Amino acid sequence: MSTTEVSPARPAAASGGGPAPARRPRTFEQANRRLKWAMLTPALLFVGLMIVFPLVYTVDLSLTDAFGAVNAGKGYVGLQNFADALGDTRRFWPAARRTLVFTVGAVILETVLGLALAMLMRKPFRGMRWVRTVLIIPLLTTPVAIGILWLLILDPTNGIANHLLAGIGLPRQEFLGSVGQSLPTLMLIDVWQWTPMMTLLLLAGLTTLPEEPEEAARVDGANGWQRFRHIVLPMLGPTLATALVLRAVDALKTFDILYATKGAGGGSDFEVETLNVYAYGLTFDYQEYGLAAAVLVLFTLFIIGVVVLLRRRGGRKTA
Amino acid sequence: MSATVSPVPAAARLRRRTAGSWLRGITIGVVTLVFALPLVWMFAAAFKTNVQVTDPSVGLWFSPTLENFRNIVEAGQILRSMGNSLLVGVVSTVLSAVIAVPAAWAVGRFGMHRTGSLILVARIVPAISLLVPWYYLFAQMGLVGSYTVLILSQMFVSVPLIMWIMISFFAGLPVELEEAARTDGLSAFGAFRRIALPLAAPGTATASLLAFVFSWNNFMFALIFADDRTQTVPVTLFNFISYASTDWGGLMAAATLITVPVVLAAVLGQKYLVAGLTSGATKG
Repeated sequence: MSTTEVSPARPAAASGGGPAPARRPRTFEQANRRLKWAMLTPALLFVGLMIVFPLVYTVDLSLTDAFGAVNAGKGYVGLQNFADALGDTRRFWPAARRTLVFTVGAVILETVLGLALAMLMRKPFRGMRWVRTVLIIPLLTTPVAIGILWLLILDPTNGIANHLLAGIGLPRQEFLGSVGQSLPTLMLIDVWQWTPMMTLLLLAGLTTLPEEPEEAARVDGANGWQRFRHIVLPMLGPTLATALVLRAVDALKTFDILYATKGAGGGSDFEVETLNVYAYGLTFDYQEYGLAAAVLVLFTLFIIGVVVLLRRRGGRKTA
Repeated sequence: MSATVSPVPAAARLRRRTAGSWLRGITIGVVTLVFALPLVWMFAAAFKTNVQVTDPSVGLWFSPTLENFRNIVEAGQILRSMGNSLLVGVVSTVLSAVIAVPAAWAVGRFGMHRTGSLILVARIVPAISLLVPWYYLFAQMGLVGSYTVLILSQMFVSVPLIMWIMISFFAGLPVELEEAARTDGLSAFGAFRRIALPLAAPGTATASLLAFVFSWNNFMFALIFADDRTQTVPVTLFNFISYASTDWGGLMAAATLITVPVVLAAVLGQKYLVAGLTSGATKG
């Protein structure tokens, strides 16, 4: 990233009187300082108005008893909503647990598989272009369509998955039709959809690594695993950390596929209700705006906590 | 730097066919099939009769029928929804690019990290926490269900996404070209418009394509803000599940219609999409 900070203006180059030429030779940065703000302002206004303002509003809403019709009055109730949410062992805490289980399970699998696949694809091979095309398709496909497609494949009675399991002598599974198997099944679908993202991120990181350290280790007689473990992996650290943060943030916020396959509330027994699905239901099914806002504030803090934790960990490892 | 995958210089290694490289080839082949087959299964199911769809012993060899597509098109909603998705996607992407590309240039050229981290915040925050206040306000204004709200809410995603990609893209362009243009008498804005912007065309195309795809796919925003008139494809698809869960053929045909544009984009723009998806990741 270019770090040419705006240097302090050369003393009054342009402010002097006298017959100054129309355009005085100024430095690139100085000339552009006003332009810079002109170009930034629309984006800053948009981000401020459309993103920062709602966040502040969410915090405000979380302190009120807003409920029902959107133009009904609302009164401030202090931290009551937070107390309600944190005291709720029926919906809130199970949802928090599922969010964590889903994210940790899926992201660990995606990282391990994604790294293995990236190492496999590291050296170019014929057809690489096509393999990469196949890999980006799951990432770009509408999550609702992916949900539908797996509903068909995993249909307990008519799906191809049980047909194949029967073919190799394994018992029939209920998959998304059962309370116990729904969350693990959705984690595996997430792994199918997002492992390619890990692979592509890590592959991009691998191509930026210098070749010399590995060559030197090879000459010194290190085998493939040793070179991977002690040379490649440490050098890949920063990329790995960034990829983990990006993927973890998105996995925590997973909504579409959960809602598309299991419907409102994450199923009859809330079996796949994560914090995101819970907050959605509170807002748009129950109109509990105040409580929903409190859940969202807690959820956002939760995500920030995960990001900070991963960043610190990643930073220490690579330091 | 935007991360483009460049071939390792030793292309000669390709020729060395050892047992190991065969094993590697087979593994890559199997993995590719694992990622491709579920989608192939979906496309195939779209061309099956409803009896065939629910019979897993009918594999990929059957006489295809267009009946499912005819049915869903005749039902009417799907084409209208595709039109809505197209409209929301194009308008929100164009508006976002107009705002985000110049801003990204400014950030990239002057290394303003505080602004940069604001974008990270926009990526971290759960979208619902933006939608709740906006829903609350838009509902009071009676705007829920309008294209305006759909487009504006999509820009929550598109503006930070395009900035994210373009900041690293501009940072990878040599600043000397713009400085030379300034010396030759171009105004500061001229240097941006005539030098930086054309050079950044591939990046802008990548970022816009991704923004469009994410808009095309967006389910939650449309679920909240769209009405029957303005609903986009993911919502239509979702409604098919609830009302017609037995019509697997129709469901698969609808899912295929929504997926085909994305597959086309992936095949035609693979290189750019990979660069866009991975941009900003290798900096640590």
